[in-house]
Amino acid sequence: MSTVNLTGPSGIRKFKDKLAFVAVCAAFALAVIPLVTLLYTVIKNGAKRFDMEFFTHSMNAIGGRDAGGGAYHAIIGTIEQVGLASVISIPIGVLTAVYLVEYGGGRRLARIVTFFVDVMTGVPSIVSGLFVFAFWIALLGFEYMGFAGSLALAVLMLPTVVRATEEMLKLVPNDLREASYALGVPRWRTICFVILPTAFTGIITGVMLAIARVMGETAPLLMTVFVTTAINNSPFKGPQMALPLFVWDQAQLPQQVAIDRAWAGALTLILFVMLLNLAARLIARLRKPVSR
Amino acid sequence: MAKRIEVSGLNAYYGKTRAIEDISMTIEPRSVTAFIGPSGCGKSTFLRTLNRMHEVIPGARVEGKVLLDDLDLYGPDVDPVAVRRVIGMVFQRPNPFPTMSIYENVVAGLKLNGVRRKAQLDEIVEKSLRGANLWNEVKDRLGRPGAGLSGGQQQRLCIARAIAVEPQVLLMDEPCSALDPISTLAIEDLIASLKDQYTIVIVTHNMQQAARVSDRTAFFNLAGPGKPGRMVEIDETNKIFTNPGEKATEDYITGRFG
Repeated sequence: MSTVNLTGPSGIRKFKDKLAFVAVCAAFALAVIPLVTLLYTVIKNGAKRFDMEFFTHSMNAIGGRDAGGGAYHAIIGTIEQVGLASVISIPIGVLTAVYLVEYGGGRRLARIVTFFVDVMTGVPSIVSGLFVFAFWIALLGFEYMGFAGSLALAVLMLPTVVRATEEMLKLVPNDLREASYALGVPRWRTICFVILPTAFTGIITGVMLAIARVMGETAPLLMTVFVTTAINNSPFKGPQMALPLFVWDQAQLPQQVAIDRAWAGALTLILFVMLLNLAARLIARLRKPVSR
Repeated sequence: MAKRIEVSGLNAYYGKTRAIEDISMTIEPRSVTAFIGPSGCGKSTFLRTLNRMHEVIPGARVEGKVLLDDLDLYGPDVDPVAVRRVIGMVFQRPNPFPTMSIYENVVAGLKLNGVRRKAQLDEIVEKSLRGANLWNEVKDRLGRPGAGLSGGQQQRLCIARAIAVEPQVLLMDEPCSALDPISTLAIEDLIASLKDQYTIVIVTHNMQQAARVSDRTAFFNLAGPGKPGRMVEIDETNKIFTNPGEKATEDYITGRFG
């Protein structure tokens, strides 16, 4: 008869457990340090010019040496450019993912599309700007405009949207598709009313990540949107401004007033992305079944 | 509204593999037919050929005839979507739609097919939930998520959802295998009360259940290792369990199988 030993873990196991715990905590702390430092620096430096004038005025007729001025023209530009880029890339991206998951089923075309989406994921942002410059402006002869920037941003957003949506659609259990088919519901209605709503929260998160990613892009806008100091409300006519361009433009000036404006622009950009994320969470929460 | 199903010379394939071989049988209206047999012998596959759910799986196909009264379900002009509206199905694992409330789950089949009138939907919800023995338990919380119910309640919700579209035939693929005995009893009572209106086909691994709920029983078995499944015999449930025609059936139901 052997007795069962139920005493706690041996010294070595306890030590290994502690070691792993410390390593995990240290890794977390290391990951958080840059984030906290970045937020702290941007808020500290950005707060100086984070005022009403900044949000209501452009830089029209204000030189680098002058105080005052604002990023109104850049905010308008960013909203319009990113909005148009989303309008272009979200439907195309979501529909592509629906094709890949629900209809593709390992077909040749599906494999080709997947391959090119992978290739697109790796396209550097400046290349997408160059592409739109070469095609839209140099070849088709359009002028610099916000919409050209939207096209470049849409090229960057598309693979992220496809990938995120694809992963979310794959997570929808097959049971639900079968349950819907067994009720005599056609495939397209099953996709619209069962599969997409089930994956909705995940898709929204992926889309928001894609939007947040392109919102801070500077390089592709330089060659498509150009730079302006005046308010231009039309994304289809003439150069526009955008927040990352504004930051880039102001930060390279030597005067402190300009650099303060750049920090305030950076803070505004971060707040935009945060607001988008909050909105996404709110939408996801409202989508849950509610009482009748 | 219940209809007779006549199957003749039915073979089902997954890609190149034949899963079931040459099955012919008649399923009587307003009665319960049970399919029993070892795992992997093609019971579920055969069940899924009866409402054209088999072909949903990529590479799967069917040969042979399935007549619903006189209409061939595999005829050239037949729309599989229309077939599934007439022949409903309940699955092994309860699968309510997670984004929908209890109410929305019940009317899902109707709404997704274009019925929109509120009063009519309310009436159907009550009728279907009563039919599925679930009304008293959920009538005060129809707006709550369907996925928040217990397993047994979820399965009855799925049955309510299936009968809400008023099918002629109800196919059940091991509907109680994930449930406890009390929920199983509730579902069995439900099957007994539904058979006045529907033709019911149930796949089960539980032979007592087959004996309790069914009028006729079909025994399925593999033709041999690596060979497709086939139907050994079909007869009155009483006869199958007391005096089966085939030795293999007797061996299986008395536990001397294999």
